[in-house]
Amino acid sequence: MRRQGRSAPISGPCLSPQPVPQPRPVQNDTSAIERVFREQYGRVIASLVRRFGDIDLAEEAAGEALLTAIQRWPEQGAPPNPGGWLTTTAGNRAVDIIRRERRREAKHQAANMIYDDTAAPTVGAVEDDRLRLLFTCCHPALSPEARVALTLRLLGGLTVPEIAQAFLVPETTMGQRITRAKKKIAAARVPYRVPETADLPERLGGVLAALFLIFNEGYLSTGGGAPIRAELTGEAIRLARILHGILPGEPEATGLLALMMLIEARREARVVDERLVPLHDQNRADWDHELIAAGHDLVRGCLAINRPGRYQILAAINAVHTDAPSSAETDWPQIVALYDQLAALDPSPIVALNRAVALAELDGPTVALAVIDRLPLGQYHAWHAARADLLRRLRRDAEAVESYNAAIAATANSAERAYLAARRDELTE
Amino acid sequence: MTHYLLSVHGPTEMGEYGNYGSKEEMEAAFAATGVFNDTLRERGYWVFAGGLESASTATVVDGRGGAPVMTDGPYLETKEVIGGFWVIEAPDLDVALKLAAEGSKACGGKVEVRPFQGLA
Repeated sequence: MRRQGRSAPISGPCLSPQPVPQPRPVQNDTSAIERVFREQYGRVIASLVRRFGDIDLAEEAAGEALLTAIQRWPEQGAPPNPGGWLTTTAGNRAVDIIRRERRREAKHQAANMIYDDTAAPTVGAVEDDRLRLLFTCCHPALSPEARVALTLRLLGGLTVPEIAQAFLVPETTMGQRITRAKKKIAAARVPYRVPETADLPERLGGVLAALFLIFNEGYLSTGGGAPIRAELTGEAIRLARILHGILPGEPEATGLLALMMLIEARREARVVDERLVPLHDQNRADWDHELIAAGHDLVRGCLAINRPGRYQILAAINAVHTDAPSSAETDWPQIVALYDQLAALDPSPIVALNRAVALAELDGPTVALAVIDRLPLGQYHAWHAARADLLRRLRRDAEAVESYNAAIAATANSAERAYLAARRDELTE
Repeated sequence: MTHYLLSVHGPTEMGEYGNYGSKEEMEAAFAATGVFNDTLRERGYWVFAGGLESASTATVVDGRGGAPVMTDGPYLETKEVIGGFWVIEAPDLDVALKLAAEGSKACGGKVEVRPFQGLA
């Protein structure tokens, strides 16, 4: 599955050890400037939000800086440090906007204080504008949908129509969701700061969950559009990389990045001819082995910290899968042991389902089916798909066909539907 | 600093001991709420607080027309109503949420946190 046609891909899986993608040499046509703008957007906005405490002002000023860049760069050449130029120019524009609007008198004074070279006050455990903004976007007082949308808008630099398209909701709905969240941040005074150390693990959990939601929507889109949205998986990886760069000692942040990389590495092999290919049938030569090696390094790094968590265990499971030269050579006892560890942390039926699928490889389909049949997941397509596969292996064809049909009815992802239908049709031919 | 309304929500229909199951529970919650109120004052967050009589004692007044129209009962007939509230002054939402959690634990009800546009 190739990247979906989009004029401005955000980033693919980038292999640089740098936490932050370095700006590429800037060309001067508008689309190249817009690409740089998008790459730098999160930094520019985060810096302005810290200085002025106003998201709307930051966005307006950043937009004006982009227009200035589009006018000037083609004539005068791009500046050597486009990110720095955009931040400075947007900062100047913000001051202009504040001057234009007298009623923002208090903020004007605040801006002048910054010009006095007074160091910005820093609160919390870590000092980084983007990290601060990320915690604001993923604040527990905002709905999970709003957290995801706001993160993509303010840190990812995606436009409202792009985010709306990614989540298959009308543009006006997404626009309202983002506007409402920004209004709440301003009115209720959601702080721009990294939480205190004592609150960090819990609040970090919210940030990681938002990034994983973005990734999952890209990895297996729930809607009827493109089955894989590389722009979303790429963006989630980019943000996770930034987070890991700023918080290298947080093993769950590392674990999430590793998990995303190890899943992303299999993207090219996961959908062939618009049909999902399950792990054991994937052509492992099509995997991105450089990305897998980088993911394995991260898994080793975070496990060494010895503070296990959900994302680290999921990453470790994916490391075992991507370590096997073939499906048959997978270390299934290790996978089941890791799922046991995960189930101890997260005793949800979905974890139990995944464990049972691995158990089928170890103890056979009868044992696995007995476990799966007890799980209350009748609304979940993966439960029906797992049952269907086990029933097929047990030669209980009629029941398998029924389960394939139930799985197809429960998912809108076109590649998954195509795979399930093909499997079902093999049984009825 | 921002002012926040911390409103306590509970069932409209109250038993003998308000929202509480027993006299002891009620007294314990009152005592805990008193302690919480004291700490709000000590820490400088306190503006105002109070408990409300039951919703059945409410009267709705519509003065938008010529003569005001009075209606017996609360504005909305719901299963849950505001039973009491605090008005606090806090530097940001994180502080307000922490205080709301303490208040909720003390009084034994869910607390809604809502910022004021301003105070007159």
